[in-house]
Amino acid sequence: MAIEIIDERRPSVSLSKIAVSDTHGEESPYFAGWKAYDKDPYDESCNPNGVIQMGLAENQVSFDLLEDYLEKHSEEASFGKRRIYSFRENALFQDYHGLLSFRKAMASFMEQIRGGRAKFNPDRIVITAGATAANELLTFILADPGDALLVPTPYYPGFDRDLRWRTGVKIVPVHCDSSNNFRLTTQALEAAYADAEAKNIKVKGLLITNPSNPLGTTIQRSILEDILDFVTRKNIHLVSDEIYSGSAFFSDEFVSIAEVLEARKYKDSERVHIVYSLSKDLGLPGYRVGTIYSYNDKIVTTARRMSSFTLISSQTQQLLASMLSDKNFTENYIRTNRERLKRRYYMIIDGLKNAGIECLQGNAGLFCWMNLSPLLEDSTRESELALWNSILYEVKLNISPGSSCHCSEPGWFRVCFANMTERTLEIALQRIYDFMERRKTKF
Amino acid sequence: MEMLSRKATCKSHGQDSSYFLGWQEYEKNPYDEVRNPSGIIQMGLAENQLSFDLLESWLASNPDATTFVRNGAGSSMFRELALFQDYHGLQTFKNELVEFMAEIRQNRVRFDPQKLVLTAGATSANETLMFCLAEPGEAFLIPTPYYPGFDRDLKWRTGVEIIPIHCSSLNEFRITRCSLEEAYEEALKLNLKVKGVFITNPSNPLGTTMNQDEFNHVISFAVTKNIHIVSDEIYAGTVFGSSIFTSIIVAIMDRNLENTDIWSRIHIVSSLSKDLGLPGFRIGMIYSNNQTLIAAATKMSSFGLVSSQTQYLLSKLLGDKKFTKNYIQQNQKRLKKRQQMLVSGLQRIGIPCLKGNAGLFCWVDMRNLLSCNTFEAEMVIWKKILYQVGLNISPGSSCHCSEPGWFRVCFANMSQETLSLSIQRIKAFVNANIGDGSN
Repeated sequence: MAIEIIDERRPSVSLSKIAVSDTHGEESPYFAGWKAYDKDPYDESCNPNGVIQMGLAENQVSFDLLEDYLEKHSEEASFGKRRIYSFRENALFQDYHGLLSFRKAMASFMEQIRGGRAKFNPDRIVITAGATAANELLTFILADPGDALLVPTPYYPGFDRDLRWRTGVKIVPVHCDSSNNFRLTTQALEAAYADAEAKNIKVKGLLITNPSNPLGTTIQRSILEDILDFVTRKNIHLVSDEIYSGSAFFSDEFVSIAEVLEARKYKDSERVHIVYSLSKDLGLPGYRVGTIYSYNDKIVTTARRMSSFTLISSQTQQLLASMLSDKNFTENYIRTNRERLKRRYYMIIDGLKNAGIECLQGNAGLFCWMNLSPLLEDSTRESELALWNSILYEVKLNISPGSSCHCSEPGWFRVCFANMTERTLEIALQRIYDFMERRKTKF
Repeated sequence: MEMLSRKATCKSHGQDSSYFLGWQEYEKNPYDEVRNPSGIIQMGLAENQLSFDLLESWLASNPDATTFVRNGAGSSMFRELALFQDYHGLQTFKNELVEFMAEIRQNRVRFDPQKLVLTAGATSANETLMFCLAEPGEAFLIPTPYYPGFDRDLKWRTGVEIIPIHCSSLNEFRITRCSLEEAYEEALKLNLKVKGVFITNPSNPLGTTMNQDEFNHVISFAVTKNIHIVSDEIYAGTVFGSSIFTSIIVAIMDRNLENTDIWSRIHIVSSLSKDLGLPGFRIGMIYSNNQTLIAAATKMSSFGLVSSQTQYLLSKLLGDKKFTKNYIQQNQKRLKKRQQMLVSGLQRIGIPCLKGNAGLFCWVDMRNLLSCNTFEAEMVIWKKILYQVGLNISPGSSCHCSEPGWFRVCFANMSQETLSLSIQRIKAFVNANIGDGSN
C-alpha cells in the first residue's frame, strides 16, 4: 500500500475545527509526564531506575478480591448453560435502557457505598461507556455551545476535554485555595458566576467532584447545602461526579448529594444529576462502566437516547450484574477496599512527612495533594513546572503539577498511591526523601 | 424550570419516526410461538440471528476467552484487561480485526491496524466521523433511501446537515451522476457547504452492493469537488450468492488513485454487529488513510471505547482462522437461503422485491397495494400491516425514500418458521385486499 506523506505546508483537505484543535488537552504536562513514563517505565526487576508512575489515578489495591470472586463464580463470566441470559440474548441486547439486572445491581451498589443513607431507583440510571462519556453527555444536554459550566479548581485535567471539546461549552473556574484548605465557598461561587455574567457568558450548571480529584477530600454536608442553595438561587443545574465515592476511607465521612436531596424531600431535585463509574472503586477502567443518575425525567429520557453513542458492552453488563448483586461480595469488597486505601494513604503521608513535605489533610481518593510551594523559587507556574520537570527527570517520579489541574496557587502536586505495589511506593518515598535531603545540603 | 440545551429539546434524535413507533408497538405485543402466537412479528430489526450456533459452539470449546483462568504463574488476563483503557485499543484485537475485515473482502486489500480506531458500535463511529469532518451547519450528501438512524447519528449532536441524493426505482435506486449534482446544487441553494458523500455499501435498506458505475460516479464526484467519502461497510460480511463485495478502498485502487489526494479522504466504517450478530457488544471501527483524522478520532473514541473484556474475547474468536473462514462461509449460505425464502414467498403472492445480494432485509415493492401514489397511502398500508397483519416492517418514508410504496422487510432476526408464518400472514392480507379493490 502506498505511504501517504502529509505535506504540512499544504492544508490537508479540511477536517473540522474540532478535529484539529488542541482542546483534547493532550499537550498538557498531565499527558507529557505520561509519555515520559511510557518511554522509561519503572519495573522492579527489569528497570529499577525507571520512572515511577504516580500520575495515574488507578485503584490496584483490591484486584485479588475481584479475582477470587471470578474464580468462584466463573460461570458469571462465561456463557454456560447456568447463565440467566444465554449468549444469544446477551449478544443481541443493545437496548439503550441497559440490562435491568445491571441497573438494579448498580443502584444497590451505589446505595451500599453510601451506607444505605440514600436510595437509588434503577429506572433513573442511564448507562454510558465510562464517566468520561457521562460527563460529556450531560454537558451536551445541559448547555449549548458558548454556554458555560462552573467547575471548582483544582480539577481533573480531563474535564477540559470531556466538558468542552466536542460540546463547545466553556468552563468557568471557581477558585479555591489553601487559605481555607481549598474548600468551596458561596463567595467563590458567586464571584465566578459574576465573572461569567460580566463576560456575557451564560452559566448553565455547576459540576463538582465529590470526593474531590485532585484534593482527595470529601465535601462537607454544610457546603453541599450551600451548593444546593446556590444552584437553586441561580436556577442552574448541579452535576455531582461521585466517581470516588467508594474510595472514602471512612464510610460515614462521604456525604452524597443524594443524601442531602433526600433530607430535603427531593425539593428542587430536577436540577441534580450524579455521575458514577466503576473505574475507581472497582478498579475496572478498561470495562467502560459509567452511569448517569438524574432526578429529572426529561434528562433521563434524553440521556438514554444519547447513550446510543456510548453503550456498555452487554457482555460486561452481564458480568457486573451478577457481581454487584452479590451482597456478600460487595459488602466485603467495599469495606476491605476502604481499609487498604486508608492504609496506603497513611503510608504515603507519613513517608512524605518524614521527608519534610506537608499534604492537604485528605480522607478519600487514590491520591494525595502535596504541598511543595516552599520549594519553589518564586510563586509562579513556571517555577512549579521547573520543579515538576526535575521531579520527573531527576527523581524519576511522574506526578501531576497543580497547574495542569488549574490550581490558582503554584506549588501543589497530585501524587497517586493506589496504582502500584507497597514496595514500589516505598521506593518512591525513598526517592523523594533522598531528593529532599539533597536539596537541604544544597541550600 | 431551568432550560435544557437545544439538542435536548429538539427532535433530531428522530425517535418520533415510524421506525421507532413500529418498534414500540411490537414491544407492547411481541409475537411468541407459544405464548403469543397472534402477536406482532418483528421484521423491522436488521439483526443477524442465523449463525449463533457457530459462535456458541466456539465459546463452549474456548472457555478461556471469557473466564480468565489463572495460569501456572498465578496471574490471569483479568488484571491487565481490567486496567486497559488505552484508546489505541488492544493490539491483538486490532490485528485480528483487520485480518477479518480483509478476509471478508477476499483479501484483495491489506488493512493496517494502526489506521483503525475502535468505537462503541458503528453508531459511535459514524458520529465521530461527522465531528471530525464537518463543522456544525455543513453537509453530507447521502443517497436515499437510507438507514433511519442516520438522522440521529450524523446530525443530532454534531449539527451537521444531511442532503439526500435522490435515487429512483427507474434504475434500481442506483446513484447517478445527475443525482449527485442535483444534491450538490440543493446544498448550494440552502447555503450549505458540502464536506462529503456518505454511502452505505452494501446498502441499508436496499440490500444491494454498489456497482462499478456507481463507484465511478461517486469517486469522480468526490475528486472533482474535493470532498470526503465515508463508506459505511457494516453489511460487508452479509454479501451472499455469487457476488463478491468490493470495498471503496478497492474501487479507488482499481482506478489507480492511491497516490492522489482522494486517498486520504476515504473513510470506512464497520462493526461486528451485523456480520457476527453481536450488536450488544458494541464493537465498531473507523478505518482511514488520513493520519490527522485517525489521530483525532482516536482521541475522540475516549467517549465510546470498547470494553477491554469484549476486545479480549473477540481477539480470541477472530484469531481462530479456521473458525472465521467457516463462519463467513456458513453465514453467507444461510443468509442467501433466508433471503430467497422471503423473496420467492413474496413473489408467489405477487409482491416483487428489488434484486438484492446482501444485507439482512429485502427492499419490497408494495406499490400495487397503495390506493394512490402518496406517502399518506403508504402510511395507511404500513399501519394495516402493523396492526391487522401483525408485522412490523419499515416504511420507505422512514428511510427517506422519494417514492412511496417501498418497505424494508428483515428476514434474519427470526426462525424459519416465523418467517414462513409472516409470509402466510401477508398472503392472507393481500388476498383479502385484492377482492376489496380499495385500500
